[in-house]
Amino acid sequence: MTDEDIRSVLRDELGRIAPEIDFDRLDPSVDLREQADLDSMDVLNLLTALHQRLGVDIPESKAAALATVDAVVAYISSRRSGL
Amino acid sequence: MAEFLMPSLGADMEAGTLVEWLVKPGDVVKRGDIVAVVETQKGAIEIEIFDAGVVEQLRVQPGATVPVGTPLALLRGEAEAAPARPTSPEPVAPTVAPPTAAPAPVAVAPAPLSTPAGLPGERFKASPAARRRARELGVDLAIVAAGPDGIIEVADVEAAMPEMTPQAVKPRFDFAEMRAAIAAAMSRSKREIPHYYLSDTIDMAAAEAWLARVNGDRPPARRLLTGVLFVKAVARAAETYPEFNGLFVDGVFRPASAVHVGLAIALRGGGLAAPAIHDTADLDLDALMSRTRDLVARVREGRFRSSEIADPTITVSSMGDRGVEVLFGVIYPPQVAIVGFGKVVRRPWIVDGSVTPRPVVTVTLAADHRVSDGHRGGLFLAEIGRLLQTPEAL
Repeated sequence: MTDEDIRSVLRDELGRIAPEIDFDRLDPSVDLREQADLDSMDVLNLLTALHQRLGVDIPESKAAALATVDAVVAYISSRRSGL
Repeated sequence: MAEFLMPSLGADMEAGTLVEWLVKPGDVVKRGDIVAVVETQKGAIEIEIFDAGVVEQLRVQPGATVPVGTPLALLRGEAEAAPARPTSPEPVAPTVAPPTAAPAPVAVAPAPLSTPAGLPGERFKASPAARRRARELGVDLAIVAAGPDGIIEVADVEAAMPEMTPQAVKPRFDFAEMRAAIAAAMSRSKREIPHYYLSDTIDMAAAEAWLARVNGDRPPARRLLTGVLFVKAVARAAETYPEFNGLFVDGVFRPASAVHVGLAIALRGGGLAAPAIHDTADLDLDALMSRTRDLVARVREGRFRSSEIADPTITVSSMGDRGVEVLFGVIYPPQVAIVGFGKVVRRPWIVDGSVTPRPVVTVTLAADHRVSDGHRGGLFLAEIGRLLQTPEAL
């Protein structure tokens, strides 16, 4: 799975939560919660979907650090490649 | 024979538009089943039935707008003799009164934009379950490829989901209508209810530590949010202080026998709803979390149930972790109290004589002075704070 695949899943799942957001116009280095106006339930739903679709563990202790598109992609990519 | 009537979903509701039937003649229904979807000022509401029995006849066609109290369907009680119920799924013409000049389904007016496709009478052949699923997902049946027999099934609807652009998922709200409903309720509240306001600060260290421990080894699907602790603590405290839990109707306060917390849920793009989580005080935290998750998801899709609109006995509004520190609520009439939580913040706090950084939250109460006084309000808030010190016991 490439980073682009991960980004595509993220685009998909964010689209369900925040349909009005244009994913391609998000700044991948800026906090997603602020850019897409996500509350804690939205974030939890997003993590749940990523966990279920990609099979990657996302411990609670890591969740707060996964605030940007770049951070999510890097984390999932590293976990999937077993690094 | 019982009549199923267009329900009143609030004092300001005069009429509703039947969007969809979820039952057909011959179906067996029990109390609490969702039988129809009705469009109101508050959005599309799933209507539950209060009687058990067999659907005898549907008297109003989808698309029709009728006054509150209009019989929508006839229901035969379980005890009543069944008049030779047809076994075929297509019921034959009812043997009792013929439909009262109901318009043919094809005469349904063009669906308003806020209504999803998938209403009976359209040109798409789809199973009832598929139509329901399409409605849940906001999938337009026009883009769904039917199965080999030309009939759209649930799987076809779900298969069409990933191909939809996000824009194709339409919320089922008319935001102007919702704004008008909020305006009416809040104007009435400020006109009629003499609010008083109290505020307190709660140490959240124990609750945060407990949540971190519980969530630590759980997958995201089973984690708890801080807001669930708030809701549970309010519900428990409201059992002890009943003058904050109930309705003020016709000049009299009627305490409620159970606590149904109305949870204020903000909608994307503006607007707000505060539907009930039934019997909040009796749910353990996991059950409350899953009910909350379900409710938030449904409300944001524009699907809530009639009893969820009608039943709240006290409101909780929680700012979440990106909000502000203090929230002053406006009571949702005819309720008599609203409890507000700001975001949890880190502040210098004195613990055992020393200043130390500590997570704290500001809790507020807006309550109806016709029913209660500040002294009891203060005790109520203190009880909420006390309960949050032992989250494992919530």
